[in-house]
Amino acid sequence: MKSDRRHFLKAAGVATIGVAAGATAAEANLLDSAKELLLGPKGAAPYPEAKKNARWAMVVDTRKLTAESMEKMIHACNHAHNIPLHPLRKKGDKYNKDEIKWIWEEEFENAFPGQMNEHLPPKVTQNEVLVLCNQCENPACVRVCPTKATFQRDDGIVIMDFHRCIGCRFCMAACPYGSRSFNFKDPRIASLEINPEFPTRMKGVVEKCNFCAEQLDKGLQPHCVEACENGELVFGDMNDPESEIRKVLRNNYTIRRKPEVGTQPQVYYIV
Amino acid sequence: MYDSGKIITGLVIFVALFASPFILNVGGGAPAVPQPSLDTPAIKSMGNPVCVRENMQSNHMQVLDLWRDSVVRDSNHTAPGIDGQLYEMSLSNTCMECHSNKAEFCDRCHTYAAVDPFCWDCHIEPPKEG
Ligand code: SF4
Ligand code: SF4
Ligand code: SF4
Repeated sequence: MKSDRRHFLKAAGVATIGVAAGATAAEANLLDSAKELLLGPKGAAPYPEAKKNARWAMVVDTRKLTAESMEKMIHACNHAHNIPLHPLRKKGDKYNKDEIKWIWEEEFENAFPGQMNEHLPPKVTQNEVLVLCNQCENPACVRVCPTKATFQRDDGIVIMDFHRCIGCRFCMAACPYGSRSFNFKDPRIASLEINPEFPTRMKGVVEKCNFCAEQLDKGLQPHCVEACENGELVFGDMNDPESEIRKVLRNNYTIRRKPEVGTQPQVYYIV
Repeated sequence: MYDSGKIITGLVIFVALFASPFILNVGGGAPAVPQPSLDTPAIKSMGNPVCVRENMQSNHMQVLDLWRDSVVRDSNHTAPGIDGQLYEMSLSNTCMECHSNKAEFCDRCHTYAAVDPFCWDCHIEPPKEG
């Protein structure tokens, strides 16, 4: 009796392992064939227009920025990405604690705290500059994200997988530029007219500028760049020595935000 | 064996109780499985349906999951349809273009199965028809 039970348990154990192993192998096969079926034989195809092997970067020509032009670029981004415009929490509040910022105007001394020489030309220090996520080469936000919701693509873009963000906000603490925002409220209650092409986010999810990855993948320029009328922003591929952005960088002296923190920002400023 | 009578009686009662929901259901007490409606202008105007080579009714969760990772993590945006052409892998912009009747297509089964996917918390629903 005893020995029988032992045999039975052994056999049951082996059978369970066998079934489990068999199932995983079969599932893996199924998954592979399903992948091929669903994504095409060589895995999924990007749009044919998309540029390959690029390293995207941006130049902001602060000499050309005006209040109106910045307004236009910010609006283009807000509209394309369904960025909510939350009202101030209560009367008399100066800052909007719920604000979601992908691209915004910032005072020079806040954007470049290390650059404040005395007696700089007023046109430099008194005008606001346009700031956004710097799409760092060495992004602090990616390093700290426990879920890999924030990750860096092969073309250098630091992007968010909104499906995976758990809202822990480590990335916000790590980003030296305050480029990330947290949705304290449901973004839909304050959205502009909704653009159905781009999803909104949920309460509890972090977001930021994604360098318009959705546009780049289709071979188009970012929305804010498309909205410029006088070449305030130059966007392009750093890996291509003949690109417009490399020419602009060759011919102009540029600065970057907080270079001392070592994140290697990929947004350059002509001052 | 001791008390075999009691044990057997107990077993019989247990099996009867355990199986009762199944037995009672034989008469067809459960509501009929709903069918998602394919009656939308976009689908009607199409000669042949151009969807995915997959049983979407039972596998759409895996398919959508695969697409989501492919688009967001690998920047691959297109996949072949039955007709061999490439289509954008996009819930709001491709799937819902044909299946614009979310209430009769998605919700009918989701309500029946009492699953509440949070896709629509972020992805934009097609505007209501009618
Ligand atoms: S808040 Fe989201 S993106 Fe940021 S670190 Fe946490 S999981 Fe990652
Ligand atoms: S600016 Fe901040 S959020 Fe953007 S990549 Fe750099 S560290 Fe990350
Ligand atoms: S690159 Fe795109 S996401 Fe980033 S600020 Fe410009 S418009 Fe917004």
